[in-house]
This record gives sequence, structure tokens and C-alpha cells, in this order.
Amino acid sequence: MTLPAFVQGAWFAGALFFIFGLKGMSSPASARRGIIVAGYGMLTAIAGTFLIPGLQNIGLIAIALGLGSAVAWLSGARVKMTDMPQMVAIYNGMGGGAAAAIAAVEFVKGDTHDLATTALAVLGALIGAVSFTGSCIAWAKLQGVLRKAVRLPAQNALNVLLALGTVALGLATVMLAPARPELVCAFFALALILGLVVTLPIGGADMPVVISLFNAFTGLAVGFEGYVLGNPALIIAGIVVGAAGTLLTQLMAKAMNRPISNILFVPMAAAGSGAAVEGEQKEIGAMDVAALMRYADRVIIVPGYGMAVAHAQHKVWEMTELLEEAGVEVKFAIHPVAGRMPGHMNVLLAEAGVPYDKIFDLDEINGEFAQADVALVIGANDVVNPAARSDKSSPIYGMPILNADMARNVIVVKRGKGSGYSGVENALFYSDNCQMLYGDAQPMAGEIIQHLKAMG
Amino acid sequence: MDPVLTLYIFMLAAVAGFEIIARVPVILHTPLMSGSNFIHGVVVVGAMIVLGSADSMLEKAIGFFAVALGAANAAGGYVVTERMLAMFRSKGEGK
Repeated sequence: MTLPAFVQGAWFAGALFFIFGLKGMSSPASARRGIIVAGYGMLTAIAGTFLIPGLQNIGLIAIALGLGSAVAWLSGARVKMTDMPQMVAIYNGMGGGAAAAIAAVEFVKGDTHDLATTALAVLGALIGAVSFTGSCIAWAKLQGVLRKAVRLPAQNALNVLLALGTVALGLATVMLAPARPELVCAFFALALILGLVVTLPIGGADMPVVISLFNAFTGLAVGFEGYVLGNPALIIAGIVVGAAGTLLTQLMAKAMNRPISNILFVPMAAAGSGAAVEGEQKEIGAMDVAALMRYADRVIIVPGYGMAVAHAQHKVWEMTELLEEAGVEVKFAIHPVAGRMPGHMNVLLAEAGVPYDKIFDLDEINGEFAQADVALVIGANDVVNPAARSDKSSPIYGMPILNADMARNVIVVKRGKGSGYSGVENALFYSDNCQMLYGDAQPMAGEIIQHLKAMG
Repeated sequence: MDPVLTLYIFMLAAVAGFEIIARVPVILHTPLMSGSNFIHGVVVVGAMIVLGSADSMLEKAIGFFAVALGAANAAGGYVVTERMLAMFRSKGEGK
């Protein structure tokens, strides 16, 4: 089927806008313009598609478009910044589901394709379906609907068996074209189950990497289905995202010092729990913390997921402004995997109004902890655990950490005495220069603010 | 489509994707993941093509499902990314 130039042109323009948009998003100054450019690309591509001559079911298409985008737009506009990671996960899953559904319609139609096309349709369907159910589980875990990591007996063997079964059915679908319906149904069922089973045992701490991986998966699935439909815009957008997502996943996995294969197949708890820590945790009150920081020269704040769940970012910034008025230099140190997505903390701090030139990466700031008077750790744990440097038996050994323990004083704001998300004890909490401020991050920051104001 | 030509498109697109991400500051990783999530929402175009040529009831049903999911991916991905990026500003730009 040859399409008129204006349809092809719209798709071409869409692909061009996507590339420029993504490029724009790679720098803070042009990032917002980038997403808007990409948005115009999407509108252009969709508008062009409506102009395909002989397009049927236009009413149905319009209803589906309206329904899907209205629901997603409203939920996306309302969601709290803290809950952003799971929204990205669920939208990504929907994209994967759409790619799989495209392949399903192609199979139902039973048009004859050449071998390469059928193979890519099957591969795209497999990846898309896994991404769909996997992302739904990722959403459920981050949303707190599913609290526990469920490990089935012989999990890895089961995963391999399921994956092999799915691939075998996929191959059969390719070889025995035109596809037999029962074969196709079984293939999709297995692929969907595979996504569930693979994601279920993965703990919440590893979810950012998993979401990023599924994001790359969906990209690839979209690219492959683009080939099946003979649509270069889909291929380009899909493969660019697939490649970018793969690299992003690697960067994240590297920051956690956990190879992707480990995240998928080795549960954190089974990796050992590290050496036991001896000693006492010393408690400190909010007033002492306020005084310590008020009369310091340099303070570095290390936010973690605890700050996010407590919605404490606004209070933390208010506290920072008070300290700066008193002449204290305050910087924020962000670990690459702090929170539930890379850069999650940056987004939350940006929401509170913290300018991004106060926020520093691990490599930029690690040398400065030794000169800092106070390191204020708010709801972070594993990313400041010195065991990652020294204790070979610790499951997080080798993960790059923020050297908060090198500051003259370390204050840790923490809800209770328990261990971190990975279940590893933190030697920092027991060290001589560390004191604990027990409580929820938001009221604690509020108390510190009151005391700071009282000190004038 | 010509398979060999498509192979070249695959390769160049992959290189473009790697290059764009390779020089991105960590603070933009989350918005960028979300932004690339939006971009693969273009799957909605594929879904529209499929629904636009669907004949049987089953084809229409699955096609409808595909368009709705794809539209949700695109719309949700856009609004979430835009909200995140709207918050980025440097000291000079004020509050």
C-alpha cells in the first residue's frame, strides 16, 4: 500500500520532532522545550494517520483515543510527584500492551507475511506482553498494593522454563504460518504470565532499574511492530527509546553495583546480610540539630526515599533557606539511585523550589564531605552505608556510596531503628560522629525550622 | 519494507539513542526515562493503522484496546514528563 505524501510527511515530521525533543530533554535548560517539541511530533503523527485514505472505523478510533488519553491525562495531572515512578511504570506497560495487541490483530487477520516480518511480529509481541504485565506488577509494588516480594519455589528454573516455552510457541507461530488461533492464544497467555512471574520476586529497591528495563523493552517492541506495519516513524521512535533505555538501565545498574542479571535472578536477601554491627545508636533532639547546623559553615543534605514518603521536600527547602540566611553554605548530595528512580530526588527537590545548581552528583560532592561540618541524612540509608566500601560479605559491597560518614558530624533523620530497604544494617548509625534524630522527616524538619527561627 | 534498508534504520536509530543519553546529567535521568516513555507512545499510530483496517469483531475489539492503551501511554507520558520538567529552573529564574 503506498500512502499519500502528506501522510508520510506527517510521520516523517513526527520522527524528526521526537529526535529533536529527546535531544532537548538532555539538558536542563532546554528540557521543557524538548518535551513540548516531542508533543507536537506526536500530534502531527496522529493527525497524519487520520488522513490515510480509506481508513475505517474512524469513530471507534476517535473514541479509543479520547478514552485512553483522557483517563491517562487526568491521572497524570493529579498524581503526587512522589508517586511519579509508578505512573511512568503503568504508562510504559500500556505502551507494551498496545504493541502486543497490534501483533495480535495481525495474527487474527492471518495475512501472509515473509519470515522476517512474522518473526519480528512475534518478538515484538513477546517483549510487549512481558513489559505490559511486568510494568503492572512494578506499579503495584511501588503503589504499595503488593507489599512483599513473592518468590515461588524454584523461581529461576520456572522463569527459564516459562521463557523457553514462550519462545518455542513463538517459533511455532512463525514456522506454521498462517498462525493457528490456539497456538497464538497460548503464546500470548504464556508471554503475559512470564512478565508476571519474572517481576514478582524483585524487591522494591530494584524497581527503578526494572522500570527502566521495561521502558527499553517497550521501545523495542514498538520498533519491531513498526517494521511489521511498514512504518519508519514507529521504527525510529521505538529503537531510539530501546537504545536509550538500555543505556539508562546500565547506568542505573552500575550505580547500584548490581549487574542486571543479578537484579532479575538473585534476591537481595539471599545475597547475605553482611557483618553484624556492634554498639549503640546515639539519639539527638531537633533543637540540638538546629543549633549544630545554624553555627556550621558547610552543611550537606543527603535526601533519600524517606524524605519522599514523608513529603518533606518543602520543609527541607524552607530549612535550607533559613540556614542560608544565617550564612551557612548548604548543598544537596544526590546518590544516583536515591529514591525509586534515578533523579527521583532531583525532581522532588525541584518541586519544592530548590534550584538545580545547589544539587550535586555523587562524583561532584564526595570530596567535599571531609570539609563539611554537618552531613544531614534524611531518610536515606543504604546509599550512605560505609559497609559498601569495606565489608566484603555485605550484599551492597562495591556499590559507590556518598561519603557522609567523613563529615565532622552526621545527623540521620530516620523513622525507627530498623535497617534499610535492602535489609542491611548500617554501620554509619553506630559510628562516633553520628547521631540519630528519630521521627518522620516532615515533622522533624518542621521542628528544626521552629528552633532555627527562635535562634534568629 | 526492504529488510536491508530497515536494518540500516535500526542501526542508525540505535546509535542516535545511545548518543543522546550518553551525555545526560543524572538529574535528568528520571524526566528522560519518562520522556522516552512518552515517545514510544507513538505506538498509538500503529494501533490506529491496525484498527483502521480491522474487519471482524475480534480485530476491532483488540484494535480498540490497542488504540486506547497507546493513547494512554502517549497522553500520560506527556503530562507526567511536562510536570517534572516544568519544575526545573536555575537560581536566576526565580521561583
